[in-house]
Amino acid sequence: MSLLEVRDLKIRAGARRLVHGVGFSLGAGERLGLVGESGSGKSLIAMSLVGLLAPGLRAEGSVKLDGREVVGRPERDLTPLRGSLAAVVFQDPRAALDPLMRIGAQMAAPIRRRARREGLSLDARALKAEMIAALERVAISEPERILAAFPHEVSGGQRQRVAIAMALSCRPRLLIADEPTTALDVATQAEILDLLDRRIREEGLALLFISHDLPVVARIADRVVVMRRGEAVEEGPTARVFARPEHDYTRGLIAAARRLEQALEGGS
Amino acid sequence: MSLFRLEGVDYAYPDGAQVLHGISFALEEGENLGILGESGSGKSTLLRLLLGLDRPDAGSVEADGSPLDLRDRARMKAHRRFVQPVFQDPYGSLDPRMRIGRALAEPIAALGLPLDPHTEVPRVLAAVGLPEDSARRSPRAFSGGQRQRIAIARALIARPRVLLADEPVSALDLSTRVRIIELLAALGRELTLVMVSHDVAVVAALCSRMIVLEQGRIVEAGPVRRILEAPQHPYTRRLLASLPRMPAPERTTS
Amino acid sequence: MKRLTLRLGLLLVGFNLAVGLLTFFWTPHDPGAMIGGRLSPPSWTHWAGTDRLGRDFLSQVMVGARIALLVGAGATLLGGAVGISLGVLAAYARRGLDDAFAAALDILIAFPTLLLAMLVVAASETASLGTAILAIGLAMSAIIARLARILTKRVLAQDYVTAARCSGLSWARLTRTHVLPNILPTLAVALAAQFGLAVIAEASLSYLGLGAPPPNASWGTLLQQAQSTVHRAPIGVILPGLALVSLVLGINFLADGLRDLLDPEREGAE
Repeated sequence: MSLLEVRDLKIRAGARRLVHGVGFSLGAGERLGLVGESGSGKSLIAMSLVGLLAPGLRAEGSVKLDGREVVGRPERDLTPLRGSLAAVVFQDPRAALDPLMRIGAQMAAPIRRRARREGLSLDARALKAEMIAALERVAISEPERILAAFPHEVSGGQRQRVAIAMALSCRPRLLIADEPTTALDVATQAEILDLLDRRIREEGLALLFISHDLPVVARIADRVVVMRRGEAVEEGPTARVFARPEHDYTRGLIAAARRLEQALEGGS
Repeated sequence: MSLFRLEGVDYAYPDGAQVLHGISFALEEGENLGILGESGSGKSTLLRLLLGLDRPDAGSVEADGSPLDLRDRARMKAHRRFVQPVFQDPYGSLDPRMRIGRALAEPIAALGLPLDPHTEVPRVLAAVGLPEDSARRSPRAFSGGQRQRIAIARALIARPRVLLADEPVSALDLSTRVRIIELLAALGRELTLVMVSHDVAVVAALCSRMIVLEQGRIVEAGPVRRILEAPQHPYTRRLLASLPRMPAPERTTS
Repeated sequence: MKRLTLRLGLLLVGFNLAVGLLTFFWTPHDPGAMIGGRLSPPSWTHWAGTDRLGRDFLSQVMVGARIALLVGAGATLLGGAVGISLGVLAAYARRGLDDAFAAALDILIAFPTLLLAMLVVAASETASLGTAILAIGLAMSAIIARLARILTKRVLAQDYVTAARCSGLSWARLTRTHVLPNILPTLAVALAAQFGLAVIAEASLSYLGLGAPPPNASWGTLLQQAQSTVHRAPIGVILPGLALVSLVLGINFLADGLRDLLDPEREGAE
C-alpha cells in the first residue's frame, strides 16, 4: 500500500476551481517532485495533503495518508497525523518559527509530543540531548548556541535547518517540502539540498518536493508531476521527463530552463 | 570617458554596520556589467549609490565624467536622465492607484524633458512589446511579466544611457523570465546595462563583464567568460559549483 | 448585508443632518425662550415637553443635532488636516527627528482624549463651540498623525517611490501624486470612525459642563440637566440619548461601509 495516495483531488475557492482532479501516489522511500509555475496549484495540493488549506478553500476527492482519509476529516483527527505521519517544511522558515520564542523552547514541543506518543517521559536533560542530536543531524555546528537563540538571531540557512530538524524530530514517514530553498542563497541552497538528500536516505523517508525550479527538482526527485493551472499535465520518472518531455507545456518549460543555462555554457 | 567610475567607496548603515569596503570599478559605454552577489553582499546599497539616492561615507562616485553631489539640483537632474532603474518586485514597482500612461509620463514632467508624452508613451510601450492601449489601464490589469515590461518602459522614457536592473527577473516565472531576458538583451545593444543579481545565468546571458561581491568587497572582477571558465577566488568557485544545473540533454541519435 | 449597513448609516446620518440644517430656519419654538410651564409633560404645543426653565425640549434636542454635527465635523476637519500634515512630514524627517516625533505622539495618545480636551477648555477663558472643536480636534490629530506616519512610511518603502525619486520627482510632487492617493483611503475610514468618537467626546465634555451653554445646548448638556429630574421627566434623558446613539451608530455604519468600498482587496477580486 502507498504511503500517500491522492485521487481526483479538486480544490475550489467558492465557485472557482483552482485544482481540477489531480492524482498521484507515493510509496515509502520514494521522492516525488511537484513542478509548476505560479498559479499551477502545487502549493495548494501540498497544504491539502495535511488538511492545512486556507479558510475559504475546499478540497474534494480523496487523499489517503497511510490508508487514512484526510479530505473532510475534522481538525482534531488531523493533528496527530501531522508530524507523526507527514511533516511540512515551508519556503520561509520564519513561518514555522515563532519570532518571540527561543529556538530551544520551540523544538521541545514536537520532541515531547513524540515521546508521549511512544510512551516515554523525558526529563530536561534527556530532552536537551534529543534536541542537540536533532540539530546535529541537520549539520548545525553549534547546537547549544542555536537552542538559546531567537529565530531572528540566526541566518536564513540555519533557520531552514532548524525547521527541517523540527519536522524530522517527530519521525514522520513523509516529508512535504514546499519550495524549501527558494528564499536561500545559491551556496546555502546546495547545502540544504545535500542535507535533505542525506536525511531522507538515512531515515527512509518519502519526499514530496514542491518547486518551480527545474534544476533543483531534477537534483532531488526520482519522479515528477508537472502542474499547469490546476492540472497535472505530465507525470513520469525525472530522467525521462527531462530528457523526453511528452506534453507541449513540459517541453516549453524545459526548453526555457535550458535557454537560461545556455549562457553559462558559452553560447548566447 | 567612463559612464561610472567608483574609487574606494565605503558605506556604513546609520547603526554603524559596514556594508561596502573600498569599492572601485569603472563602467564603460556599451559594456554591460553584471554585479553578482548574494544577500548581504551589499549589492542593493551599491545600487542606491549608483542611482544617487545615497552618498558614500568615503571615496567618490563619478557618473558621466563628473562627481555626484546629492545637494546639487542641476547635477542630480542630469543624473536622473543619465541612469534609470528597474526593480525586482513587479508588484511593488508600480503605484497601484496610477494609470500606466500617467506613470510612464511621470519622468517627462518631473525632469522637464522636451519630449511629448503623446508620442513617447506609445514609443516605450512598443519598445517593451505592449499594446498602445495599455496606457489607459491600471496596474491591476497586468500580470507580473507585463508589469515588469511596464517598469522597463518607464525606465526608458527619459532615454537614459545606463539601465540599472536589480534582480529584474528573479520574481518571474520561468517562461516569462526567458522573454524578459530577451527584451533586456535587445535593449542592452542600445544602452548600457548594469545587472545586479544573485543568478550567474542571468548575468552570463546579458553581460560581458562582471564583478563578484562578497560581504561588501569585490573579490573578483573581469570578463564574464573568463570568470565562468576559470574563477580565481574561492568564493566565486563555490558559487559556481553550487549552482543547480539541468540534467544533460540526451544525445539525439539521428 | 454590507450594503444594508451602508444604507442604514446614510439614513441615520442623513436624518440628523437634515434636522440640524432645519434648525437654521425653523424649530417648533425658540429653543431659548421660556414659554411653557416648568417640566411640563409632552403636549400638542410642546411635543417633548419643556425643561425646568420652561423651554421647548424638542427644539433644544433639534439644535443639539446641529451642535453635534458642527463640533464633530469641525474637530474631524481640524484633526485630519493637522494630523495628516504632521504625520506625513514626520515620515519624511531624518531618523532622530522622526523618532522624537513618534515618542511625542505616543505620549500625547496616552492621555485620554477627554482629559486632553479638558485641559484645552480649562486653558481658554470661556467654554464655546470653538474651544470644543479645538480641544477634540487636537486630541484627534495625534491619533491621525500616528496613523498617517505609518502609512506614509509604508508607501515610501515601495519600489515605485524609489523609481519616482529616480525620475526626479520633488518631495512635494511625490507626496501629491504617490503618497496622498495611497494613504487617503485608509485615513478616510479612520477619520470617519474618529468623527463618531468626536461626537461622543463633545457630548461628554458638555455633560461635564465644559461645552457651550444654552441656547446652543448640546445633547451632553441636555442629558446633564435632565439627570436630576429623570424620575419626573424621563423624556429629558431618553430623547437626547436616542439622538446621540442614532448619530454615532449612523457614523459608525458609514465608516464600515466606507472601509468595504475602499478595500483594494475587493477591487482586485473577481
